[in-house]
Amino acid sequence: MEYVIEMLNIRKVFGNFVANDNITLQLKKGEIHALLGENGAGKSTLMNVLFGLYQPDGGEIRVKGKKVNIANPNVANDLGIGMVHQHFMLVDTFTVTENIILGSEPTKGGQIDIEKAEKEVRELSERYGLAVDPKAKIADISVGMQQRVEILKTLYRGADILIFDEPTAVLTPQEIQELIQIMKALVREGKSIILITHKLKEIMEVCDRVTVIRRGKGIGTLNVSETNPNELASLMVGREVHFKTEKQPPKVGKPVLEIENLVVKDSRGITAVDHLNLTVHAGEIVGIAGVDGNGQTELIEAITGLIKSESGSIRLNGKEIRNLTPRQITETGVGHIPQDRHKHGLVLDFPIGENMVLQTYYKEPYSKRGILNFKAIYDKARQLIQEFDVRTPDEYTKARALSGGNQQKAIIGREVDRDPDLLIAAQPTRGLDVGAIEFIHKRLIEQRDKGKAVLLVSFELDEIMNVSDRIAVIYEGKIVAIVDPKETTEQELGLLMAGSKRKEAGVSS
Amino acid sequence: MSENRLTNILVPVFAVILGIIAGAIVMIVSGYDPIAGYSALLYGAFGDRYYIGETIRQVTPYILAGLAVAFAFRTGLFNIGVEGQLIVGWLAAVWVGVAFELPKVIHLPLAIIAAGAAGALWGFIPGFLKARFRVHEVIVTIMMNYIALYVSNAVIRSVLSDQGFKSEKIHPSASLRSEFLQSLTDYSTLHYGIIISLIAAVVMWFLLEKTTTGYELRAVGFNQHASHYAGMNVNRNIILAMVISGAFAGIAGAMEGLGTFENVSVKAGFTGVGFDGIAVALLGGNHAFGIILAAVLFGALKVGALEMPSAADVPTELVDIVIALIIFFVASSYLIRLVLTRFKKEGK
Amino acid sequence: MKKKRFGLSMSLLLTAGMLLGGCGQAKEEPKKEEGKASEFSVAMVTDVGGIDDKSFNQSAWEGLQKFGEENGLKKGKGGYDYLQSQSDADYATNLNKLVRNDFDLIFGIGFLMTDAITEIADQKPDNKFAIVDSVVEKPNVASITFKEHEGSFLVGVVAGLMTKTNKIGFVGGMEIPLIEKFESGFRAGVKAVNPKATVEVQYAGAFDKADKGKAIASSMYASGIDVIYHAAGATGNGVFSEAIDLKKQDPNKEIWVIGVDRDQYEEGKVPGTDKSVTLTSMVKRVDVAVYDLATKTKDGNFPGGQAVEYGLKEDGVGIAPTTKNNVPEDVLKKVDEWKQKIINGEVKVPTTRDEYKQFEASL
Repeated sequence: MEYVIEMLNIRKVFGNFVANDNITLQLKKGEIHALLGENGAGKSTLMNVLFGLYQPDGGEIRVKGKKVNIANPNVANDLGIGMVHQHFMLVDTFTVTENIILGSEPTKGGQIDIEKAEKEVRELSERYGLAVDPKAKIADISVGMQQRVEILKTLYRGADILIFDEPTAVLTPQEIQELIQIMKALVREGKSIILITHKLKEIMEVCDRVTVIRRGKGIGTLNVSETNPNELASLMVGREVHFKTEKQPPKVGKPVLEIENLVVKDSRGITAVDHLNLTVHAGEIVGIAGVDGNGQTELIEAITGLIKSESGSIRLNGKEIRNLTPRQITETGVGHIPQDRHKHGLVLDFPIGENMVLQTYYKEPYSKRGILNFKAIYDKARQLIQEFDVRTPDEYTKARALSGGNQQKAIIGREVDRDPDLLIAAQPTRGLDVGAIEFIHKRLIEQRDKGKAVLLVSFELDEIMNVSDRIAVIYEGKIVAIVDPKETTEQELGLLMAGSKRKEAGVSS
Repeated sequence: MSENRLTNILVPVFAVILGIIAGAIVMIVSGYDPIAGYSALLYGAFGDRYYIGETIRQVTPYILAGLAVAFAFRTGLFNIGVEGQLIVGWLAAVWVGVAFELPKVIHLPLAIIAAGAAGALWGFIPGFLKARFRVHEVIVTIMMNYIALYVSNAVIRSVLSDQGFKSEKIHPSASLRSEFLQSLTDYSTLHYGIIISLIAAVVMWFLLEKTTTGYELRAVGFNQHASHYAGMNVNRNIILAMVISGAFAGIAGAMEGLGTFENVSVKAGFTGVGFDGIAVALLGGNHAFGIILAAVLFGALKVGALEMPSAADVPTELVDIVIALIIFFVASSYLIRLVLTRFKKEGK
Repeated sequence: MKKKRFGLSMSLLLTAGMLLGGCGQAKEEPKKEEGKASEFSVAMVTDVGGIDDKSFNQSAWEGLQKFGEENGLKKGKGGYDYLQSQSDADYATNLNKLVRNDFDLIFGIGFLMTDAITEIADQKPDNKFAIVDSVVEKPNVASITFKEHEGSFLVGVVAGLMTKTNKIGFVGGMEIPLIEKFESGFRAGVKAVNPKATVEVQYAGAFDKADKGKAIASSMYASGIDVIYHAAGATGNGVFSEAIDLKKQDPNKEIWVIGVDRDQYEEGKVPGTDKSVTLTSMVKRVDVAVYDLATKTKDGNFPGGQAVEYGLKEDGVGIAPTTKNNVPEDVLKKVDEWKQKIINGEVKVPTTRDEYKQFEASL
């Protein structure tokens, strides 16, 4: 059996933290090999060791049977290992070709031979079915295209082994399908691929084998054809995972959030929310389904006071809260899990403890007469970290150092703990692994069961169908339909989201 | 965690050592004796009580200027206008010192408060423009420096003197000098300002680290969006940060006006203290107590440098080169960090 | 005495200083050097201009060097020396440093040093100080001033007679009473011999900004001014460099600079030729005064508490001998006539703008 890459008993330690504990991964020639694990399980660390960004503290790496020492990424490049990063490393103002040849430019008489380079890029892209315009500027092309440029970059440098780091996280469903085709084309041409992911669907679809790691330890390698998503999920998380969240029928109470004829303009002055009506009652989860860009972001920012609305009315428990400041709205009883946790949800350079009192620091017991009470703050932080299973070395660790799932758990803990009447969750599970998703869904339902009103915005239909008690479909800034998740299908929702009318369009309420 | 903190301390220390070594190489290359040069420097800074007095005197405004830069920096703002805020503070302090005759307990605090208020006003303008119109504070503060310089020169000429080049001496009731300190240090210009600047360092530390105001300022500094989300008034905090930063700088001006010079004269150019404050803040890691240490270093270098030409024949320009080299090495701390981590690994 | 009371803390501070002072150089408390009491040492503190400012700091240092060489002194401690100031804050420190190094006579060069000398004279009543260009009324300070207006009047006469365009410029350093003396005397000299000529006055705001001097000179020459008198220290170097640049472009262009403080004929030399753009220089013999005072003090005649004023009569100011290179005989003769009138007291040269107005009215 021929392995192109063998990582044997790799061990990597940061301080007291063992990121990789004797992990073994063997990549066969011409296969797509998934590296599966929760956020923070040690996938990235392992790949950074392979790519020469970290030096292992134990174990050995063999490339095509020969033991190697990968001191830096240049060595990895020379060994034919290329990495397609999750966060692209492209120069926006350069063209596709310029980005691809950056660092290994073909020259003619001291000048860059751009024509030759373009020809090479075109040939490469045709060979692997990576359609890109070599002359286009990076800033002008879509995210999916930019990813292709990243792939071409590694191919241009002669990579035989490609590492894809969470490549689908930033792509639309169509782009994901295209990427899968590209990956299949690559292995047909004799390349080998390591796919870092936590999405079971993708593994089942494209991968040949899968290596699962959990909390830094290698759990094992399986043939994809001999396993199923449930098994993979429990291997990854370490226990049974339920894809379908169990829940009791809702006990719907009085209206908590009432929105009438709300008009909101976006930052360019275009009407994004157009005379929208919506009511959320105590004890129910209302899911807003819609294609991105139909006014979801503006709706939520208007409710929470982050942007001003033009006209209409937003009432919370009967009290008008439209165009109050975020603090006034927060104090009225609104919790908000923001869509972008890095931009809005956390001060990444603050310790996780200080992030836990972001909206309450000025109140007792966290402060008294303007002086912070760190003991109370960190007591609260410890309690929430415990309660919401936030995995962090301690409460003094900067929020930046936590994985996405743990950051999100911290935010949810903070928002839920304030005991708001209305909890707004905008894409609460984006980018998270199944374990975290399950946890978060449970927490949302728990709030509902406690009699809170929950407004959920998500682009993932699975999530909307799974968690919501009612689904409100948003299209061009209006709620075009309210449907019961038990009486609808993904197909019907998809049509509504695309703007087609429903027979008995239940716009009212 | 503690390992990190150790690195944070080691980096500037190594930067200083590297700067000194590089300075020695420059001296050797230019044909001077570095050992004689540095011993002259040390002697000139700490060699006897007079020099110690002068060094402390020089450290005083450096601490405050460094605090001003660091305070703004910690809240995400780059205050290049410390120099201008210092000049208006100096002017205001001397103005109050000359214009009134009051008991010392009222006069001296009043003069210092006036300086702080003037600096705060000078910081308020760029803060307001940033908050209201998103004008970048670096541009505005640079311009405000020139406005401060020429406005204060005009005021000195037309108001504080009769077309002269300097104001009268302030009344003794507004002076920070004391016979006690002078006798202690053999007539150095040491004054009580050092106590004020040390208090200011504690104030900055306490304000930023222990109060809700500081919490807001730091949050806004790191992430304006999250601060807005959390219900903080981002614009108010930007203005507040510049006002407090300006007040520190203004008080630094009071140290010069009420202590070192006891008057204010027409300036041909900037004092440089405000700009050195940027380096002090950088070297001090933008931390109140780090700044005190960095200010001591800069003060000692400045005062000690005066001894180098007479005792070791080394031109004072070389000291400026050494200071520049130290800043260079601090700024390239990444390199030092890299070396440090390598060393740690080797040690394991 | 206070000193005793704080003896302990002083010695603590001292110990700390010595410890910090560490490597070598641990000097003994400066004591009178035994057996060398007869040797006389002298030093000066420059303002921010430095001893290569081609102006009065340099002139003063030349005087000191001459004194030192003639008396067989060595440069450095115990002989003759200078300290250069980097900023206003350094004056007091530098003066103190020289006191600590036991110099017998310490000069502060320039009026900027006035406050610092006043202060240290009180603190160190046993030391002897001298100040140039300012008056400090203390028993242990000798003040040296010059009648710059008289010298400026003479170069004003030259300018008034030599100008072709009847447009003359004056570039001042800082707008202070001292420079006003230059300005008033100069304008009076121009007006006295050429009532049609106008004098444009500009101040650079600094004595060490050659770039500013160059910019002012550039606009002045462009406006048709053909003679510029600068009283701006190192700022004036910019005036010279602008004139030389213009002269290089067009060797036939008739533009001149009048130097100040020292004979600045060399500064005006156009490279590649033997010509100089320096028409004349108002020479202020700081070197003579410094040498004179150092000699007097060495001989035990320190004029403490006195203000010595050097004018035309005392040869403390005048026009440079190189003036004859660019100025014809008849003009020089006129200059001599005016010089005699001033020495005789027939003409009283104005020292301020108000006095100048009276002078103008009296013509």
